[in-house]
Order: sequence, then C-alpha cells, then structure tokens
Amino acid sequence: MTNVITVSDLTKTYGQVTAVNHISFSVRKGEIFGFLGPNGAGKTTTSRMLTGVIEPDTGRIVILGHNMMQSPVTAKQLFGVVPETSNAYPDLTAWQNLMFMGELYGLSHNTATEKSKNLLSVFGLSKHAEKKVKSFSKGMKQRLVLAMALIHEPQLLFLDEPTSGLDVASTQTILSMLREMNNRGVTIFLTTHNMDEANSLCHRVGIIKSGDLIAIDSPEKLKDTIGQMHQIEISVDGILSEEKLVHLPGIIRVTRKADKWIISADNQDITIRSLVSLCERENLPIVSINTVKPTLDQVFLQLTGGVSS
Amino acid sequence: MNIRVIQEQARRAFAIAKKDIRIYYYKPPVLISGVLMPIFLYLAFLMGNKPLPVSFLIAGLLGMTLFFTATAVSPVIFPWEGQARTLERLISCPVAPESIIFGDMIASSIFGIVITTIALGIGLVMGAMAIHWALLLSAIILGALCFSAIGILMSVPPTAVPQNIMLLSTLIKFPLIFVSGIFIPIDQLPAAGRMVALISPLTYFTDIARFSYTGEGVFPVFVDIGVLLLFTIILTIAVVVLHKKTMPLRI
Repeated sequence: MTNVITVSDLTKTYGQVTAVNHISFSVRKGEIFGFLGPNGAGKTTTSRMLTGVIEPDTGRIVILGHNMMQSPVTAKQLFGVVPETSNAYPDLTAWQNLMFMGELYGLSHNTATEKSKNLLSVFGLSKHAEKKVKSFSKGMKQRLVLAMALIHEPQLLFLDEPTSGLDVASTQTILSMLREMNNRGVTIFLTTHNMDEANSLCHRVGIIKSGDLIAIDSPEKLKDTIGQMHQIEISVDGILSEEKLVHLPGIIRVTRKADKWIISADNQDITIRSLVSLCERENLPIVSINTVKPTLDQVFLQLTGGVSS
Repeated sequence: MNIRVIQEQARRAFAIAKKDIRIYYYKPPVLISGVLMPIFLYLAFLMGNKPLPVSFLIAGLLGMTLFFTATAVSPVIFPWEGQARTLERLISCPVAPESIIFGDMIASSIFGIVITTIALGIGLVMGAMAIHWALLLSAIILGALCFSAIGILMSVPPTAVPQNIMLLSTLIKFPLIFVSGIFIPIDQLPAAGRMVALISPLTYFTDIARFSYTGEGVFPVFVDIGVLLLFTIILTIAVVVLHKKTMPLRI
C-alpha cells in the first residue's frame, strides 16, 4: 500500500525541551490515522511540522512523494489543514474566506466560485455566506474551516482536534463528513484527545508521549496487546463469594461492581470455563457473563503512564 | 524557481494584498496613524509662524502623507495575524513566505498611494502645479514600496500585540519626519540632523517631490532616485530575511 506520509527521524527542540524526539512513522493511502497523546506530548508540534508551519531540527518528511523541506509549496498544494483553533478570517464573510482560499490554492475564479457554492451548501452555510465570520457560532466556524480546507479537493487532510468544544450535533456532522471524505479516498491525519472519536474513526493510531512515539497500530490490536487487562463481567442469581473466585485458575484481580463481579484474568478461556464450573457446582444460575476488552482510553492511559481503571 | 511558479506566487501575493485591503484598511490603529496623524501634523504645521511657499509646503505634505500612510498598514498585519492565528493558516497554504510579505507590502503601498493622490489633489486645489508629473508619480510608487518595507520591518519583533508595534513605529516615524526636510529644509538642520537626514529614505522622496514642483532639490534627482531604489531593495531583502526567521515564533 502506498504511503501518503513518510516521516523519518523527526526531531524538534525548544531550548532544553525536546518536543519531538526522533520519531518515524508512515500513513498509508486511504487510511484515517489518529495521532494521540497527552497535553504537551508533541502532537501539535508534529502536526505543524508535517504541514510545513514549523521546520524540524532534523529528520525527513515526505508528503505524497514531495519532500516537505525541499518542495514545501508543491507539497502544501496537495493537502488541506484544519487547525485546532478556528482560523478563518473573522472580518471577512464566509464567501470571502472561501474565495481567498481558492486564490491561495491557485483555482480559477470560476472554479473557486463553483466549489465555494457547493461547499457552503454541503456544510449548511449557504444562508450565512455573506455574513462576517465573527458573527458565527463555534460549530459554524469549524464547518467553514473544514470547507476552506477542502476547496482544492485535497488528497490528504490534516485535522487538529476538529470537534473540540463542539456540541453533539456539530460533532456528528463533522465526523460523518470525515467518514464520507475517507470513503471517497481522502487520507486523514487526525490529531485528537478524544478516544471515542479515534476508536470509531481511525484505521490506525499512533500514541506519542513526551516527544516519543510509543505505540502505533490499529485500535483493536493495541487493545489486544494489553493482554493482562482482559476482563470478565459476571452476574449470578445468588451469592458468589469472593473467596471462591480468587482461587480460580488464571484470576488476577476480582472487584465487585453493583450486582456484578469484574474479574481480571490472564487467560480468558480458562477463567470463563472455571467460572461456569463454579456456578454449576454452587447451583447459581448465571444472569450474564461478558468479556470486556480494554477500551482505547485504558490502552492510552496505560501506555502514557496515566491511571488505568 | 521557474517563471510559472513565480507567476503563481505573484497571483497569491495579490490575493493576500486584496485580503489585507479588506481587513486592515479600516482598523483603528491604521486610521489613526495613516489618516488622522498626518492631517493633524499638517494643520499644526500650517498654523505655525514660518511663512513658506506652497510649492515647499506641498512637497513636504506629500512626503509626510506618503510616509505615514505607507507605514500605517504594514506594521499591524503580522502581529494581528499572529494574534488571530490566521498566520498559521497562511503558512500552511501553498504560499512562499516571500509572497506573504510582498502581499502585505502591496496592500500597504496601495493605501499610501491612494491617500497621497488625494493630497496631490489638495495641492492642485491650492494651486501647486508640478513641473515633472511623471517623475512625481513614479517617485510616489517607489516611495510607497520603500516606506511599506520600513513598516513591515518594524513588525519583525514577534509580538502578537499590535499596540506594541504601533508604539515602536511611532517612536521611529516621528523623529524621521523632523529630520527629512519636510518641515525644515535640510540645509537649515544642525549637523547631527543633516547626518540623520542622509540615512532617511524620506529625505530623498521629499527632495524628488520638491524638485518635481520647483525644479530644484538638495541632491541631483538621479541620486535621489538611485538612493530611494537602493533603500527599497535593501529594506525588502532585510524584511524577507528577518521575517522568515521570526515567522515561526509567532505560531
């Protein structure tokens, strides 16, 4: 599969602080790649280096076959950027912002006009085309910024916290648009704090901590790698004593939660079989039994050194 | 860089200039330093005791107007865009830093040229007829470019507070007005003033304007044009080099 982004040995320091420390990764054509990390981990610095906003100290960035350091203008022509802070021009109207972007991306007046009309319609902003952006709500601004990033039909889209601070409706609108764009073949590099968003959208995620890229894989595989965190939830009609549970094979930890027992185990198969045998022996009907995979939140917390539930 | 790329970047620089005109011409700091300040200075000068011929006055008026107007827009753009985070948008677009700087210079120059043309009209009403119109108009365009570069140079410190730059700009602009032969002829300045006048581009523009009206100047006109052109080139190069260094610090 072709790589759309190839990053090798990328480093950025600010004085004594290493914001990004020799990271290397690639993003494949057509995928949604989530870039996760705690505050100050180096996500935005990495994203800004990839989009040519700041220059790295060392390393190499190749975007759609173009070296970002050698041909930044050519590379930038091929992607769109939605930064964390909505940065449409507040003193211009939505229409003027879109047409300005069209000019910056070298579109002809007719093409920019056609695209602007279409994007305003798709993003539900046609009625507000002639209004200055400073009168827009946060959701409207974010939709406009996304529209501005799409005016030249980029093959690659960089988004930094695109739904941060938005209401549920605006968030869902933007997420569904991202899915739709991805279905049309647009590769998406998504920087986010939102684990649900990353879990539901991303084909692969990279996790950065203190400037180091500490994990990179699909969300499901990352969850699987944290094997000791496999959990089983069981609820029975009767009293199941903790003393009997802890002596079952493969059990690491047992916790009571409402009418359920949450059992952490290193081998799900053995534990489930022994639980079922125990319930049979004790003549306790099983109300429910579920295996619970770690969430991406838990994976993230464990990998970044946060507290895992 | 081939011709096609240069043409593309030039178009983008003009798009940036158009955006600047829409946004920054009406900002209060621009109106204060670019419109109100030259009007008040001129009125204050008129009310002074020293009787001077209209041809001397109008040349000084043009110099002052062009200097104040062409340096009014350019210093506010970078701090304003840094503050509003729109600079990050521009940098992430396929636009060379030079195009951003030239776009700002064009917007600033147009502001200076338009308002100076109005001052030129006022001069006509007052009966000031130029002898060398073509020279005067060319000098206005060259002077506008030179002064807008000075304006952008003032905004090199990477602050996101436009007021800081406006203060700095006022501190630099006012002394130059008084030593560049606008209110006081250069030969009447003290020795130190004459030295400073020589390194002020405004001196050479005012001298061209005065030559255009009276046929006389302190320096030969080709020297005035040559020095003004040299200042424009040096200042533009300095602006590009320095802004490229400080631009990432604004993000």
